[in-house]
Amino acid sequence: MSDHPSTYTPKSGIEKWLDARLPILRLAYDSFVDYPTPKNLNYWWTFGGILSLCLGIQIISGIVLAMHYVPHIDHAFDSLERIRRDVNGGWLIQFVHSNGASMFFFAVYIHMFRGLYYGSYKAPREVLWLLGCVIYFLMIATAFMGYVLPWGQMSYYGAVVITNLIGAIPLVGPSILTWLQGGFSVDQATLNRFFSLHYLLPFVIAGVVVLHVWALHVVGQNNPTGVEIKSKEDTVPFTPYATVKDAAAMILFLMLFSVFVFFMPDALGHADNYVKANPLQTPAHIVPEWYMLPFYAILRAIPDKLIGVIAMFAAIAVIFALPWLDTSKVKSMRYRPVMRWFFVLFVITCCLLGWCGGQLPEDLVFSLGTDDHGNAIGLKVVLLSQILTAYYFAFFLIIMPWIGLKEEPLPVPASISEAVLANHAKH
Amino acid sequence: MSEPVNGTVEGHDDPSRRDFIYIAAGAAAVGAVAAVAVPLIGQMNPAADTLALASIEYDVGKVAEGQQVVVKWRGKPLFVRHRTAAEIQEAQGADLGGMKDPQPDSDRVKAGKEQYLVLVGVCTHLGCVPNMGGSEFGGWFCPCHGSDYDTSGRIRKGPAPKNLEVPEYAFLSDTKIKVG
Ligand code: HEM
Ligand code: FES
Repeated sequence: MSDHPSTYTPKSGIEKWLDARLPILRLAYDSFVDYPTPKNLNYWWTFGGILSLCLGIQIISGIVLAMHYVPHIDHAFDSLERIRRDVNGGWLIQFVHSNGASMFFFAVYIHMFRGLYYGSYKAPREVLWLLGCVIYFLMIATAFMGYVLPWGQMSYYGAVVITNLIGAIPLVGPSILTWLQGGFSVDQATLNRFFSLHYLLPFVIAGVVVLHVWALHVVGQNNPTGVEIKSKEDTVPFTPYATVKDAAAMILFLMLFSVFVFFMPDALGHADNYVKANPLQTPAHIVPEWYMLPFYAILRAIPDKLIGVIAMFAAIAVIFALPWLDTSKVKSMRYRPVMRWFFVLFVITCCLLGWCGGQLPEDLVFSLGTDDHGNAIGLKVVLLSQILTAYYFAFFLIIMPWIGLKEEPLPVPASISEAVLANHAKH
Repeated sequence: MSEPVNGTVEGHDDPSRRDFIYIAAGAAAVGAVAAVAVPLIGQMNPAADTLALASIEYDVGKVAEGQQVVVKWRGKPLFVRHRTAAEIQEAQGADLGGMKDPQPDSDRVKAGKEQYLVLVGVCTHLGCVPNMGGSEFGGWFCPCHGSDYDTSGRIRKGPAPKNLEVPEYAFLSDTKIKVG
């Protein structure tokens, strides 16, 4: 925290010399060694470190891929096959990168739900939360453009559908669309610029991550009680406590990562993306990557083109507004007996929206028999998506502000230390 | 500029020179940013070779009745469909009242050549390529979000707002068309 005085003492002559010129070791020491962390952090707090690891993995594997990848509509697909088959270790790098994107999103969703549950977006952490939302948005953009690069059928039609979303904007939409695609359809110009931007954005993300961590170190970490640090009793130094815990979680995470890379590298992908892009034939069932499915379901839940697109973007925009939608004074949902159930319902809603996004809208969730014409009747995916979309928005726009005012919170501990001791006394 | 400049009264009396520098520098900076932004943004628009709009000729006589041929035109699929008598009848007889983008079939084909329907095969929803077959209305069904087009390529159901586009084309001879 900002009021925490620096305890770094340069030992060797070189350290002293450097400290007087660029106190970078001091910054690192104060941020990652002696930094006071709440002593009650649980494993949900390890995902920030895991996310940094993910970004590093994507950047390194991506730079290596770019040494062999050819951003041309006639060669991109084949260059990837060549990476998988002929380039030394190419298969590993490629699977690490493609599965790495999924692991990255898996981690970011846990990280975000963590923030939501423990109220980490509330004062004084609004800017921290906003920067996180910016990172998430940039991740979506990066992953979308990365997915276009293999130039398979899913890549191609993903690019077509997503760029066309812009075309829904009245008046200027079509000109912006042409500008974005660099032509009148998704073509060489589009692929080439997506490659350029896909290379750039991760470094922009890295820059925003620096701001995110800076903001974190100004206000300090939140913790499972949601009670701010009051005294030294409440904290432990970052190293070794948080460092080791983060490292342990990273190892578990990398084990899961390895299961995908080594045993089921295509489980999260689509067979259609092993078919080269064909602008004349859309595959029978196009779906985005799993981490975008909830938004895709929201898009399809609404029968009107423009409103569907607006709803989809609003679903992301509303996350930015969260700090100003929650009216409760209590941060952690541990002490919010009503809100926590709405939270659970929200997590389920997001998962179900993801499921809906992968189905055809006219498919049935369950069947209730057949009608006079012998057609099956029952709950259609599109109707379920509509109900879930309604809850998604209601959660932020109605439940958050309203429950915050109505709910009677449970007694909140006076300090982190008191909560920890009370917990020990119980066991 | 109420502060005395260099502690002299003169500076206090003569704010205009400094103001001029500020305004000139500010205006030059804005001008420079605009001058840099215009080409930087403009380069992303279609290049001259992309804009050189190609036209193609095609012999529709090659398309058998009830069939469709897909040709590539300006990077997009072009549907050339030879409609059956029943399909034409359905297209002409359909009630325009309930349509999202009402347009009579006669506006979408060339007079005397009603059997040939030429369309840009790009769904007006989000740009996928609709498939022939699978449609409730005998036309095209878009696999992406379920837009359904009839035998005239008009939107009848689903999220697409407009009919499939009929490109600019003309018959050069009895069966030869020039598109674009
Ligand atoms: C935020 C970090 C990143 C994310 C989320 C990400 C995501 C993705 C995704 C989803 C793909 C498609 C993989 C497939 O389906 O096979 C991809 C491909 C690619 N990415 Fe990245 N990427 C990131 C960083 C980078 C970086 C820093 C580079 C460096 C230039 C890079 C270069 C490439 C290349 C060359 C491809 C095409 C090869 C392939 O498809 O595996 N990526 N990326
Ligand atoms: S692109 Fe055809 S229905 Fe959406």
